[in-house]
Amino acid sequence: MREMSQLKRVLDNGDMAVTAECGPPKGADPEAIFKKAELLRGKVDAINVTDNQTAIVRMSSLAACGLLISAGLDPVLQVVVRDRNRIALQSDILGASAMGIRNILCLSGDHQSFGNQPQAMGVFDLDSIQLIQVAKTMRDEGTVWGGDPLTKAPELFIGAAANPFADPLELRVIRLAKKIRAGTNFIQTQCVYNLDRFEQWMNMARDRGLPEHVSILAGVTPLKSSGMAQYMRDRVSGIDIPDELMKRMQGVPKNRQRQEGINICVETIQRLKEIQGIRGFHIMAIEWEEAVGEIVARADLLPRPSFDQD
Amino acid sequence: MITAEQKPIDEIREMIEPYEKILLLGCDSCVAECAAGGEKETAMLASTLRIAAKMEGRDVLIHEKTVDRQCVKDFILPLDDIINQYDAVLSLGCGAGVQAVAEIFSEIPIIPALNTKFIGETRDQGYWVENCIGCGDCMLYYFGGVCPLTRCAKNLLNGPCGGSKDGKCEVDPEVPCAWQLIFERLSAFNALERLEKIYPPKDWSEKQGRGPRKIIREDQQL
Repeated sequence: MREMSQLKRVLDNGDMAVTAECGPPKGADPEAIFKKAELLRGKVDAINVTDNQTAIVRMSSLAACGLLISAGLDPVLQVVVRDRNRIALQSDILGASAMGIRNILCLSGDHQSFGNQPQAMGVFDLDSIQLIQVAKTMRDEGTVWGGDPLTKAPELFIGAAANPFADPLELRVIRLAKKIRAGTNFIQTQCVYNLDRFEQWMNMARDRGLPEHVSILAGVTPLKSSGMAQYMRDRVSGIDIPDELMKRMQGVPKNRQRQEGINICVETIQRLKEIQGIRGFHIMAIEWEEAVGEIVARADLLPRPSFDQD
Repeated sequence: MITAEQKPIDEIREMIEPYEKILLLGCDSCVAECAAGGEKETAMLASTLRIAAKMEGRDVLIHEKTVDRQCVKDFILPLDDIINQYDAVLSLGCGAGVQAVAEIFSEIPIIPALNTKFIGETRDQGYWVENCIGCGDCMLYYFGGVCPLTRCAKNLLNGPCGGSKDGKCEVDPEVPCAWQLIFERLSAFNALERLEKIYPPKDWSEKQGRGPRKIIREDQQL
């Protein structure tokens, strides 16, 4: 069993980290996970597994992470507070650690009204910052929330998300500071297209000295087509795609738009590398895991570091 | 106030279908303010049901009465004089009113005519909004008088989530983001430091700890 998070090792070693995303299938087929795993093997340090994203029922994140573990990969368990109360969340954290899952990403989750179960009760017993607090308490104090001791504390590298593009900007930085104080070790950001706004957020974060206390991985998503760009800009909350990028995608014939999306993604990573305080990249190639290999190769992020397992 | 809306007329008619002598019981408090179950609405529903019965050629006796508060025993007890004339009561009270009447008159069916909605305010003529979930431990001070547990779709105490754009909530672009409102209110009072604090997990036992909540005050008891 994996003793330590590969993601943590890479960051501790001072290397730029690379993570990718694997959305579980809308079904019970484990092969869907193994197929994505092979596309990402050797290309990234850890693989995020989304937790019923957009509130659509999918294979559970915990189970899919278990499958990645069995394939010898380092999963990041995404956990949303939408569907489980604090009893279930803590129970899942213990189970995850027992299975060798070493990374957890604490999220609020897309609202249930967006998905295919709009009549579901949204739980939201904890919020994402409180989930960070609870996970840290379990790991560092060896207790559940409230103080009851655990027989064995979970081993966790704790992460959280940040969206520099949502409003109001000042609150985005306050919230980042709170996530760090609550105990997050790493941050994965919403996908960056608007670099000016991202830099503004990073500057404000640096003014408060925040990047010294947390590893910030900038999120990127390659655009598959101008239609996807438009959909994401107009319909996906928290996505900010500047007009010049929209025009760039529209200005390319349809059969070359995928390539242009990858070009933009690689250029974005290159520019993000110049921003002080960025510790790595989170590549969310949505149902397009094939693209990740080319992106990391062209962005000079290969080979990925390897360490002898203890 | 407690807000409510009248149920669809077909649902009401189906529920009262077995009965021939029905008392429509209005309530002149909250549900009158939200134009769902006051004296006026009770009269209107009564005449609608009378016409419907007539059109079906059925001989149904429908009387109406409105009490000041259906959720207070003292206002319900006087019904004792008349209630035996009926074989059902159609209540235009909120869920609390329906149950309070049913508790006292256990021998007669009490049927709800309203869907009870929320604790809210009358924002404008014909416009009511929810702004309190009755959590049992008010935190409005910390959030500049805007309740995130009620007005944020994800009940975040350390918000906002990543879906706040141009001051609106991702769930409904008509709805202001509660955290935008909180931010603006606290900025105006120079109290943004309240947002730096991490609010720990809420003690929900104050809301749903051991079944239905009660308040017992001996100083108020006879």
